[in-house]
Amino acid sequence: MKRTATASESFRELGLLVFIVIICVAVQLRNPAFLTLSNIGDLLTNTAILSILSVGMMMVILTRGIDLSVGATIALAGMVSALTVNSFRAISPLVSVLEGMAVGTVAGVLIGILIARFNVLPIIATLGFMNVLRGLTYVVSKGAWVSAYQMSDGFKGIATGGVAGISTPIIIAVVINLAFFYFINHMKTGRQIYAVGSNPEAADISGIPRRRIILLVYTIQGALAGLGGVIWVAKFASAQSDTAMGFELSVIAATVLGGVSIAGGSGKVSGLILGTILFGILNNALPLINVSPFWQQAIQGVVILAAVLVNVMVKRNSQRFALRRRAI
Amino acid sequence: MAERSIRVDKGWSWRSFFLQWEWLLVLIFIVVNIVNSTLSPYYLTADTFLSTPQTFLDQAFLVLPMTMVIILGMIDISVASTAALSAVIMAVSFHAGLPMPLAALLCLAVATVCGLINGILITRFKELSAVIVTLATMIIYRGIAYVILTDQASGDFPSWYAALGWGSVGGVPIILVAFAACAVIFGLLLHSTSFGRRVFAIGNNLTASRYSGVKTDAVIVTVFVLTGLMAGFTSLFLTSRMGSTRPNVAQGYELSVIAMVVLGGVSTAGGKGRIGGPLLAIFIIGFLNYGLGLVNIQAQSLLIIVGLLLILSVLVLNVRFRNRHQRSVPAAAKMVAGEGQPNEDRNP
Amino acid sequence: MAERILELTHITKTFPGVRALDDVHFDLIPGEIHALIGENGAGKSTLIKVITGVYQPDAGEITIDGRAVQIHGPSDSQRLGIAAIYQHVTCYPDLSVTENIFIGHEKIHSLTRKIDWRDLHERAGELLGQLDADFDPRATMGSLSVAQQQIVEIAKALSANARIIIMDEPTAPLTARESEDLYRITEGLRDKGVSIIFISHRMEDMYRLASRVTVFRDSRYVGTWRLDEITREQVITHMVGREITQFFPKRKVTIGEEIFRVEGLSRTGYFKDVSFSVRRGEILAMTGLIGAGRTEVCEAIYGVTRADSGRVFLEGEELHIGSPAQAIQKGIGYLPEDRLRQGLVLDWDLAKNVTLPTLETFATMGWLHPVRERAVTKELAEKLQVRAGSVFDLASTLSGGNQQKIIVAKLLAGKMKVIILDEPTKGVDVGAKTAIFSIMNDLAEAGYGIIMISSEMPEVLGMSDRIVVMRDGRVAATMDTAGSSQEKILRAAMPEGVTA
Repeated sequence: MKRTATASESFRELGLLVFIVIICVAVQLRNPAFLTLSNIGDLLTNTAILSILSVGMMMVILTRGIDLSVGATIALAGMVSALTVNSFRAISPLVSVLEGMAVGTVAGVLIGILIARFNVLPIIATLGFMNVLRGLTYVVSKGAWVSAYQMSDGFKGIATGGVAGISTPIIIAVVINLAFFYFINHMKTGRQIYAVGSNPEAADISGIPRRRIILLVYTIQGALAGLGGVIWVAKFASAQSDTAMGFELSVIAATVLGGVSIAGGSGKVSGLILGTILFGILNNALPLINVSPFWQQAIQGVVILAAVLVNVMVKRNSQRFALRRRAI
Repeated sequence: MAERSIRVDKGWSWRSFFLQWEWLLVLIFIVVNIVNSTLSPYYLTADTFLSTPQTFLDQAFLVLPMTMVIILGMIDISVASTAALSAVIMAVSFHAGLPMPLAALLCLAVATVCGLINGILITRFKELSAVIVTLATMIIYRGIAYVILTDQASGDFPSWYAALGWGSVGGVPIILVAFAACAVIFGLLLHSTSFGRRVFAIGNNLTASRYSGVKTDAVIVTVFVLTGLMAGFTSLFLTSRMGSTRPNVAQGYELSVIAMVVLGGVSTAGGKGRIGGPLLAIFIIGFLNYGLGLVNIQAQSLLIIVGLLLILSVLVLNVRFRNRHQRSVPAAAKMVAGEGQPNEDRNP
Repeated sequence: MAERILELTHITKTFPGVRALDDVHFDLIPGEIHALIGENGAGKSTLIKVITGVYQPDAGEITIDGRAVQIHGPSDSQRLGIAAIYQHVTCYPDLSVTENIFIGHEKIHSLTRKIDWRDLHERAGELLGQLDADFDPRATMGSLSVAQQQIVEIAKALSANARIIIMDEPTAPLTARESEDLYRITEGLRDKGVSIIFISHRMEDMYRLASRVTVFRDSRYVGTWRLDEITREQVITHMVGREITQFFPKRKVTIGEEIFRVEGLSRTGYFKDVSFSVRRGEILAMTGLIGAGRTEVCEAIYGVTRADSGRVFLEGEELHIGSPAQAIQKGIGYLPEDRLRQGLVLDWDLAKNVTLPTLETFATMGWLHPVRERAVTKELAEKLQVRAGSVFDLASTLSGGNQQKIIVAKLLAGKMKVIILDEPTKGVDVGAKTAIFSIMNDLAEAGYGIIMISSEMPEVLGMSDRIVVMRDGRVAATMDTAGSSQEKILRAAMPEGVTA
């Protein structure tokens, strides 16, 4: 039984990998501009924000939660930091990043308190906050945009700069993924996140601070969304009230595509990274093979649905297999 | 053993009568209207109360089935996308030559099918929560709307169709009449029929319902089909009021609809609630919105207010039903820790 | 007086409206196995929760090694060397065995804060080795059997250096062979100096393992005895508080023609080729060890699950049942084993609960008639002598036995022909048991065919007309109750090569 469980898990990652290769080959045949160094750089840079946020979303989903507020947090954090840069052009990019993360953290803490302390369903709490934060973005910006010329070069450099040809967002994403891998697999608190999602009741009995863990994951998710917001605004060199509208759906899609179970307690970082990359490739490749951008949303939706359905099928199959082995 | 007599009447107490959530809502409704009438001297007229609902009742159709969905212990966040998709298909088919009445029927049919798909997915794949299923279909339905109409608007409907949203019969707006009829039907369905009883049963205890012979899958699918159908009504009235449609119409309706249901005192844990609360909540949020318009507060601020209302009412309800909610997790822990349920210890 | 590792004196705990523990005592000698018994609701579980810190007592004192302690939560009790192994294993199915053992007290590198996995796996292997368990500590917990999971729980207690281990009904889900392993492990722990509180309904467990027994009744302490000083009958008398005469009031009923028959019913992984029949007025007992597939067979008959093959006949007509709704319509009623989860809507009043399976008969075109619902509920509840004040009482406010009667009322509200009772007396007090048996007699007299699933030998022998014994998903034997005995049933129920 152990063997089947592991087999189906690595099967899923292998499947993702094969799927990535097939898509790359197919797109490359249609458009040779796909697998060029510059396009791959673009692709990864564009996927970086998604990757940063899917790390947070994985933790949230591991605890059986969901976070619909990330798009709005990105917008608010991005807007606040852009407005600050507009007023005080001299401030260091690092301060902008910290400011954005602070905004996101506050939002995350509030959501976390609602869910952890007051037992509000995650879907309800984050749906509410999605609107509160989006509304706040309109209010602080008074509906206006912050455009490229209003931002300092240092600020835009957060997204456009880089080291040795690798852009800063990619570096940040890689660092965060590595840190996350270490945290979730090798540190006590990281494992407790799995424990809380795997069996909340047992977590309470064995003295794991369930509520504190839940508060923690939404706080981290908020902070990451704040970071993502600053990078987003710097990258597109514009902050708008409707920035990142619906982005939470892409993040959830990438996360479930990576094999993180909606039922909580199971999912691997390697799968998450593959899922995010696959999702990034889909986003990047569709325009290259002349698929209208209006198809993108429908495709995203189908990908989410297919990913969760395949998850269920694989699980059912391995259960049936286990039953056969137990056959009388 | 002596034959014991079991009473069949329920004691009446003024205290429990007035301790109902709905009274709080009535109070809020009155306060909102007092504030509104101080903002505008022309506010307190019969005309206000008849014409204002025209601006917000379209989404109210969704509150009715959403109340059922939440009583089932589920949630449907695809309703706004369903409305958008059915509106877009109606517009496109009308411009492709389909007569308007048939296009309107097609709109209802498409929306109903969307609901049916949700219901089938949720009952066939029980491992998945309704949240994730409707999240996926929410993206897909709106995605299809974009595929069909890209970012265009489509309008130029016959003039009689506009009357649906703006017209009135005998001084009462058509939409108000239609909504009142739907509200009565849903209220009776939920509270006076065996179907409604089964909806409550499932929300309270899905397993026990199934063991008691409730066709749980059929009930769940029916509720989602009704949700789709009502999304079709929303779509009809919304499109009529706007005069045209786009793939991004009704954006955010799922939130305000869920907010109204929760503000109406329906427990997100499932199994508890009455139709009256959400009905009051529709008019509270509607008139609140109208009042904000009177003082020129931008529409986006309403997002904050609706979001906060949702969170606050869940908070208040959770504190009020504290015992019940605490039973859900830590007491589940007690269940694991001991015999079946906390009350087992209290056997006389 | 010998030294005491744990002593509880004058412990009282009240919940709104109930006194769950009333001035109770308990003490534990180092290195003993101490059985704690009492009927359901006697306060055993509350006592355990007080010891493990889940509840704080309102009054009374807890001492460990003679020193008074306050236990504010599970982590406090862990620190004091107390571990509990619960009836339903509280594991993390997605995590590895090693993590399940060490979660919360992993060894961490002081600088990198890294968990030392290799060391943990090794120690887990050692602990499992001590318990003669041979599975891989890297396996996920969800892939193990219940017995294996219990061993992991014990390993977890050992890893925390527990000196006091509480086992709450550990043998309930185990087969005979697995129970035997558990006995051996438990004795091994005792020999290492661990003190064990063993809670069980099975007298066999108690006499096999324990040296002393403490009896609770109605939230009160009855007494503590050395087991070599007290007979089974005396223990039972203390538990029940009165002499029980004519415990099984089986009445003679004329048994009619065959009403229900099952032929070759199979479901992969659960049961195979099960055949039996029931006649009018007959009580057919289905017994066997837990996990033998009895409930699974009945759930397939009732349409909760689907059998892969086999045929079911009611009054000679073949049935194709795909859901409980169809079963009820055909006249098959089922009283499920887990009444709180499967049997009742606890937050509902009695009337709504009673009419749920037959709702359409209380409605015209779907329109409900609440007055009729209440009238029928009143009639049935009075007939079954349910202790309730009003049909508006919530199901959750009734005692276990009365809840069970309400579920029977649900069946009687419809036109049933065959009634399946799955462990009908599980977790109800002795008085309620007698009442349920009496109801069963009435049902038999009324001509119902009755299938009773039961693990309690005296109940099987005392109440049934015929007995089907299941073993490993198959019918091992079918016998007339008249000529059978406990030994005969057990021999059929036990796996080959193991003697009871």
